[in-house]
Amino acid sequence: MAKSNNAIAGAVERTLAEVTASIENNIFAEEMTHKPGMLQGLDPRAKILMFLALLLAISLSRSLPVLLGLYIFSLLLAWLSQVPLGFFIKRVWLFMPFFTGIIAIPALFSFITPGNPLLVLWSNPLLVITDRGVMTAAFLLLRVGASVSMGILLVLTTPWNALLKALSVLRVPKVFILTLGMTYRYIYLLLHTANDMFLARKSRIVGRMDSAGERRWIAASMGGLLSRSFDLSNDVYLAMLSRGYRGEARVAHTFAFTTRDWLWTAVALAVAVVAIYLGR
Amino acid sequence: MTGMQRETLFEIEQVVFSYDQKNLALNGVSLEIFAGERLAILGSNGSGKSTLLKLMDGLYFAQQGEIRYRGTRLTSELLNQENFAFGFRRAVSLVFQDSDVQLFSPSVWDEVAFAPLQLDLAPAEVEARVAEALGGLNITTLRDRAPHRLSGGEKKKVAIASVLSLRPEIWLLDEPTAGLDPRSQSWLIDFIQERWRQGNTIVTATHDLDVLDDIADRVIVFNEMHRVEAMGTVAEILSDEELLVRCNLAHRHRHYHFDDVVHEHHHLHQGEHQHTHLE
Repeated sequence: MAKSNNAIAGAVERTLAEVTASIENNIFAEEMTHKPGMLQGLDPRAKILMFLALLLAISLSRSLPVLLGLYIFSLLLAWLSQVPLGFFIKRVWLFMPFFTGIIAIPALFSFITPGNPLLVLWSNPLLVITDRGVMTAAFLLLRVGASVSMGILLVLTTPWNALLKALSVLRVPKVFILTLGMTYRYIYLLLHTANDMFLARKSRIVGRMDSAGERRWIAASMGGLLSRSFDLSNDVYLAMLSRGYRGEARVAHTFAFTTRDWLWTAVALAVAVVAIYLGR
Repeated sequence: MTGMQRETLFEIEQVVFSYDQKNLALNGVSLEIFAGERLAILGSNGSGKSTLLKLMDGLYFAQQGEIRYRGTRLTSELLNQENFAFGFRRAVSLVFQDSDVQLFSPSVWDEVAFAPLQLDLAPAEVEARVAEALGGLNITTLRDRAPHRLSGGEKKKVAIASVLSLRPEIWLLDEPTAGLDPRSQSWLIDFIQERWRQGNTIVTATHDLDVLDDIADRVIVFNEMHRVEAMGTVAEILSDEELLVRCNLAHRHRHYHFDDVVHEHHHLHQGEHQHTHLE
């Protein structure tokens, strides 16, 4: 029992540390945005238009080969942009079973998607994987996989600040952009605070707490962190007011559309139109 | 030139303020601040220094008493009037103690451009001011970096640049040297002196006696009851050890010597500790 409690406590600490490190390395490190790749060289507004068109095509397509084609197109864009394909594929598909899989797996079975039986897993009660179930699950996984690939590619090849500015230029409400930007920035800070709280506790205890103690401590820490985040949000608001914020943040940009931007936007639009046509 | 002959920027009269209606953060504080002076607000942690700066910056408002800026009483209604707010926000700037609070934009450039943009300066003017502020603080190379990825000293420089781009006349600095390494501290002191030489008014909240001589000519001392305990020149305040001990800015400690003799000293936390043996 004590061993299992220790294992749970250790897992909580490791998980938080790993989540922090993972977010820091994968989201906040913008190494790939500075590579001399194809997408990195484009105006962020062009990229947003390109990916919106491609996402629309993915959403509207009802053909597996077309979806597969669009996914392969995302791999081509990644390759042209010097994004390592192994890293890119893993990043998209590693989390797919946890999120989309939860929805896709039940769709395989006859009680959700009736159809011709492909595989009988259980005879009483009857649990059968159907042909239509497999098609539905494959559609779902491929559609989500292709969409996530496009989204991740945009984020990997565009600095966060440029992306936010491009959104504001494209008339996305500024309050939304400001909130998004600050959330991104302060999640980083709060994660570090949470990690520090774990380390501070670790430095003051010998051995490990039992799991009930761990749960109490985690609940108290979450409360503390929430309280800190309220204080932080209040202070940030004051800092904004102090520098002239009046409810609507103004932003400046120095973007310029070049022939290359127009060309790639046209290519993406053409691919999207053809995909929508073929995938009707 | 004495303070009384200069323009009075802030008149603070019997100001009372509480965050929670139970505990007072300011308890009947009165003082005046004059144009072109270097004033230090000295007090221990929680004595109300930071709160006073926020009231002077028009972020909070006096619950009793009043604060007048160039003769006009600061109220939330007044700060909501664009004509007044534009002039006030351009003239008065607060550098927060915690740089992480102040740096909320996605890049250093955006951070420094934030205030000029909010105050409707023309894009070319914004660009010029950002370049000037970054160049002036020698941080042009940081312009595309994310503020949260910077070191403590760099963050402080960016926080200052984010205010410098407004070219304010009045600087309110909240514990500016806290948490900085010696080189960054030294740079910051030089910066404060340079702003003052250029005619800016510098109001610094601090409990750091070590830097007092470099950043202030006049000192207001807050006690732990959130009131003004004393005012005077730096020399006058630093020479009054009883005052500093009473306001929790210095403390007594004991040395045990080899010959079993115990000496008690005032410890002022200055560069050169004044170890005066008490009788």
